Amino acid sequence: MSWIDIGHIDDIPVRGARLLKTRVGCIAVFRTAEAEVFAASNTCPHKQGPLVEGIVHGQKVTCPLHNWVFDLNTGEAQGADEGRIATYPIRLDGDRILIDGDAVDQRSAA
Amino acid sequence: MTEKLVIIGAGMASGRVIEHLIENAPDAYDITLFNAEPRGNYNRIMLSPVLSGEKTYEEIVTHDDTFYADHNVICRFGEKVAGIDRAAKTVTAANGDVLPYDKLILGTGSDPFMIPLPGHDLDGVIAYRDLEDTERMMSLGPDNKCVVIGGGLLGLEAAAGMAARGVDVTVVHIMGHLMERQLDEAAGYLLKKSLESKGINICLKANSKEIVGEDGKVKALLLEDGTELPCDLLVMAVGIRPSVGLAKEAGLAVGRGIHVDDQMLSSDENVFAVGECVEHDGAVFGLVAPLYDQAKVLAQTLLGETAAFKQKVLSTKLKVTGCDLFSAGDFADGDGREDIVFRDPSRGIYKRLVIEGDKLIGAVMYGDTADGNWFFDKIKSGESIEEMRETLIFGPAYQGGAAADPLSAVAALPLDAEICGCNGVCKGTIVDAIAGGATDLGAIKATTKASASCGTCTGLVEQLLQVTLGDDFQMPQAQPVCGCTDLAHEDVRRLIKSQELKSQAAVWQELGWTTPNGCHVCRPAVNFYLLADWPIEYQDDPQSRFVNERKHANIQKDGTFSVVPRMWGGITNPTELRAIADAADKYNVPTVKVTGGQRIDLLGVKGEDLPHMWADLNKAGLVSGHAYSKGLRTVKTCVGTDHCRFGTQDSTGLGIKLEKLLWGSWTPHKVKLGVSGCPRNCAEATCKDIGVICVDSGYQIGVAGAAGMDVKETELLCQVPTEEECIEVIVAMTQIYRENAKYLDRIYKWVNKVGLDWVKEVVVDDLENRKALVERFELSQSIYRKDPWAEHAREKADTYAPLADLTPLAAE
Repeated sequence: MSWIDIGHIDDIPVRGARLLKTRVGCIAVFRTAEAEVFAASNTCPHKQGPLVEGIVHGQKVTCPLHNWVFDLNTGEAQGADEGRIATYPIRLDGDRILIDGDAVDQRSAA
Repeated sequence: MTEKLVIIGAGMASGRVIEHLIENAPDAYDITLFNAEPRGNYNRIMLSPVLSGEKTYEEIVTHDDTFYADHNVICRFGEKVAGIDRAAKTVTAANGDVLPYDKLILGTGSDPFMIPLPGHDLDGVIAYRDLEDTERMMSLGPDNKCVVIGGGLLGLEAAAGMAARGVDVTVVHIMGHLMERQLDEAAGYLLKKSLESKGINICLKANSKEIVGEDGKVKALLLEDGTELPCDLLVMAVGIRPSVGLAKEAGLAVGRGIHVDDQMLSSDENVFAVGECVEHDGAVFGLVAPLYDQAKVLAQTLLGETAAFKQKVLSTKLKVTGCDLFSAGDFADGDGREDIVFRDPSRGIYKRLVIEGDKLIGAVMYGDTADGNWFFDKIKSGESIEEMRETLIFGPAYQGGAAADPLSAVAALPLDAEICGCNGVCKGTIVDAIAGGATDLGAIKATTKASASCGTCTGLVEQLLQVTLGDDFQMPQAQPVCGCTDLAHEDVRRLIKSQELKSQAAVWQELGWTTPNGCHVCRPAVNFYLLADWPIEYQDDPQSRFVNERKHANIQKDGTFSVVPRMWGGITNPTELRAIADAADKYNVPTVKVTGGQRIDLLGVKGEDLPHMWADLNKAGLVSGHAYSKGLRTVKTCVGTDHCRFGTQDSTGLGIKLEKLLWGSWTPHKVKLGVSGCPRNCAEATCKDIGVICVDSGYQIGVAGAAGMDVKETELLCQVPTEEECIEVIVAMTQIYRENAKYLDRIYKWVNKVGLDWVKEVVVDDLENRKALVERFELSQSIYRKDPWAEHAREKADTYAPLADLTPLAAE
């Protein structure tokens, strides 16, 4: 793994998200608590809604277009909906947010 | 042969080293002990009880003069060390004495971090670290005010200690909840509530700007938002950092702390370090348990034994001024984790367990920490908890029990809690009525009048019947808000008012929410209820809003946004139109559409362009049209007496006045108004949420119209003779809707539930109540009547851009 610094934790509001542009497409970086972050595909598999704009609750996000809910740990859609979003290794080093550079730099976009 | 050991710093860690040496090999070393403080080793942790008056300094002394004398420790207290010469193996005291050593121990501890605010060097600005600081605080009494910056453990202990002495204390904390390192939000809320009940004022999310002084002495703390907190003493308790100055000057390897290996040896083979000043394997230390482990390892190493310091998973069991807290393991960050939350509002208890796979990895507890060690054992052992997953949170004594009682929130209410706001009926009155034989809703209504007016408290009354009567009462099925709670919207609204719940954390805890912070269904509703009922105390939370209200634009199916500037009463001018045309050109807007609400919609704007487009529109005087909000949308007008030969009143002017009064206000659902200048009704006012038809003799105000999924004509609320009264009635109507309706009920749905007669009673007939509603609306508008576009363009523009762009990284 090669960890890349993508910003300060306070660049993302608690229970909010910011967009990260990468070679594998747009990734949503979520902050679910004071010191808890997740990274997942920004694109809802249903109608391609931007998950970065969704409401973040617990360790889940709700798509703003049609309320699909995804678990950010697994990327799995919750409830009756079936689908999955890609998740990416991400961690905090103190106040800095680090993402796995290898995972977001594949030549063939997923 | 006896070797010379010099120790710099007489703290709790180095004190423990001395004890081990004396116990195991009293003659191995000649010990010289330096301490900058003019005293020996005392139990620093116990300074708080000294501050509050529960203990005296003498009681917390670990090593007194006799101890040092008995064991031949040469004490140089009140003396700093000026330097270390590692080549010569000597230390130089401040007075110039040069002392040779065979082995040297650095136990320099940590320094309090002082925020370099303007005025931080004023007299009366102190840290909370040693006995001098404590004594300074102890000199305050009931006539004094004190501000503590920092809502961590140390700051809160300082605050509580002084509050116990009758000092008027305010804690200023930059984060959203207290002790955010040890506690999650819910436990932080409970702690805040407990401290407030002890008379301590707490300001969260508060940024300090400047310390104000007078004649060189502290006078007040000024916050970024302009609040001034007067004080006679200001305590900064925002954190500590390892004290490494001496080690650095001596050329030792230093990072955040003095680098040591598993034997506590620094980068010099004769120099050791122990305690808060060290950095071991990337970590620094603040709790006492690992420091004692270090001390033991260091003593063993000095005596030639094999020993290694290992970092352990830590648990924190704290008593902050009478509140029991426990946290252990990792309860914050990581992937693949699941929460189990237990809340008991009646006893003020909160527990949260964090599970990863089949293992317990973290726990936070507040109020009842009895099972803390049991959970801590499970965390340390890493054993599978799969078998007891369902009942784990109830602890060792309770395996195989039932789920928590959904009625506990109502059962926990005190007897003087107001249930029915319309008629001022409290829980006790209803419980008495039930005991007196009123065993169904009708009987309660007849005997107490509870739920006999607007009826929104019906759910609570029914729950009270069930709590009091048990199985004798058949509960009608009320629709809960969502899966996070068993309470209905009306119950939540009522309880927010009667229990004075003023934060989201308060709602989650006191009403027994089953999730850490709600979901996309309940959180927007609760956010609205809180800001509508407590406009001053509660701060709107953008993260609890649907994207449109968070980004102040309407999201479209392709993820772009639409932008609709406000056109007051549907009136515009060439300057505004040019600005709109220019913005459409500049940002390549694909579609420009005229809306049904008499304004212009720019569709297909990229998210990152929004703040720039707004700044451009602002320059022409255009502000947000709130076309995206559960709030006032438009006031549609006809030209009225200005131009029309049939017009009876100035309908355009009234529409503009109404829009300027109502804009920016949040409501349960969107609100659209119309003002027609005559009964021909060109502004289609009779299918609006609130519509005015002007007539010769005055203004007919209709409410509860609809032209969406349902189509419905407005019903006449009243007719009034003057424009002034018309405005007053409409403002009061808007406010009663804000205070009373369920989130996402348009006015017509809500009026259908509460009845138009009740609305007439409180808005039209009761003049005093009408005035009070208008006043409360104005209070709320003093905060919300502003242009969010200007604010976001000015302060939040960065957040509309991507966090980072990693695409160039892949370039070859």
